[in-house]
Amino acid sequence: MIAEWAVVGLAVATAAAAGLVGCFAVMRRMALAADALSHVALPGIGLALAFHVNPLAGALLALFAGAVLVWTLEERSGIPVDTIVGVVFSAALAVGSMMTSGEELIEVLFGHAGGVSTWELVFGLAAAALAITFVIRTRHRLVVALVSPDLARTSGVNLRRLNLGYLLVFALTVALGLRHLGVLLMGSLIIIPAATARRLASNLTQMLALSVGVAVVTTVAGLVVADRLHREPGPVTVTMAAGIFALTFLGRRR
Amino acid sequence: MTAATGARTAVLEVRDLAVRFGASEALRGVSFEVAAGTSLAVIGPNGAGKTVLFRALIGAVPFAGEVRWAPGTRLGYVPQRLDLDRDVPITGFDFLQARIRIGGGRPDAATRAARAVGLSIDAWRTPIGALSGGQFQRLLVAFALLGDPTVLLLDEPTAGVDEPGQEQLNELVHRLQIERGLTVLLISHEISVVSRYATQVLCLGRASAHVGPPAEMLTEASLRRMYGASLGLHHHDHDR
Repeated sequence: MIAEWAVVGLAVATAAAAGLVGCFAVMRRMALAADALSHVALPGIGLALAFHVNPLAGALLALFAGAVLVWTLEERSGIPVDTIVGVVFSAALAVGSMMTSGEELIEVLFGHAGGVSTWELVFGLAAAALAITFVIRTRHRLVVALVSPDLARTSGVNLRRLNLGYLLVFALTVALGLRHLGVLLMGSLIIIPAATARRLASNLTQMLALSVGVAVVTTVAGLVVADRLHREPGPVTVTMAAGIFALTFLGRRR
Repeated sequence: MTAATGARTAVLEVRDLAVRFGASEALRGVSFEVAAGTSLAVIGPNGAGKTVLFRALIGAVPFAGEVRWAPGTRLGYVPQRLDLDRDVPITGFDFLQARIRIGGGRPDAATRAARAVGLSIDAWRTPIGALSGGQFQRLLVAFALLGDPTVLLLDEPTAGVDEPGQEQLNELVHRLQIERGLTVLLISHEISVVSRYATQVLCLGRASAHVGPPAEMLTEASLRRMYGASLGLHHHDHDR
């Protein structure tokens, strides 16, 4: 097992990745879809537990399969992502719940505090670095694509590749937070800080910075407060993030 | 029908273009050529497939037939008014900067493009969803210019813009065309604009497509044939 500071470091890296990835999910009007996509990890974890494989590997496979499914259906059928996700991923949650049970299910759904293995730490930091790098490097292409896919196309952007890349990075970010926040709450860490930043920011750079700030601060505060209150950190973190979002309604509105 | 392009080189050749969406046919048998440095206006009733034609030309929808752009052609596309949330925190600056970073010139190119289209400094800092119709269209033209295009495709660029703004935008496009030797393809409902600026007019009907010079295509008889009883085009009394 790894020291506590490393656990905090991994949680902070995860939060930073979630904050960045979430900005484009919120601006692309896929907040609900993004949240539900995280549910698809559950059947993967259930299968991994049944076959005595690392649950994270099962979750990652299921999430990647979910991301590719969304991408394929979006490309081929033209059905809005929300509809696809609403049907397929809610079903995944139902199937996954039947495959896991009791204490295990609660942990998988809401996450739990505790140490991580060296393998998980290395994977987590590498995955967070990958997600952060992806969003920073592709942010200009993502901006043009969200304003108008046709403009992106005439600007030489490969939209299919960009969309697939974004969905895979989104899936990876969900996988990153599963241990800490669980299947149900990781989507919230991606969406709520970004939604908060959107209400406060005046430009793109501000939005990205604010979103990362809110995600990191609530994650660290969540760990500290949960420890004091003897609660799991996931629900505490998400409640705090939602509280900050609510506070933005008291302040200015652009 | 195909229009002759005379001695000029054809920038675009379209042969028997057809687009289908499932069972419905959006375009059929469309053929035309566009010569370098000229203006082709695309007119036709709503639902005739004008925007679909442009989207086929930029490769955004699958089509049958042939679309051949001359080698070295760079497209600048100005889509119809986009539906954007007012509060998305992407400013005019973010938007133009994004185009530059994708591969559209030097860092100061955004300032020059904004100046070329008369974009106000406020628009620079305003979220693009909150810009006025005129400022937003100027921003889209500036965006298109950043790719150093040889051809501009404008899909009703003055829709949703107030009347003085429309006039300014039309003049702006015309000026850019002359200064930069651009070829312009323009979808418009403004018959006065078409007759004033177009070299050729492509009239898209629901079942047919005809192309020819404005003097032939904009006669009342020909328009009535294409549009039916209600013309659906806008004449201006102060017409030149």
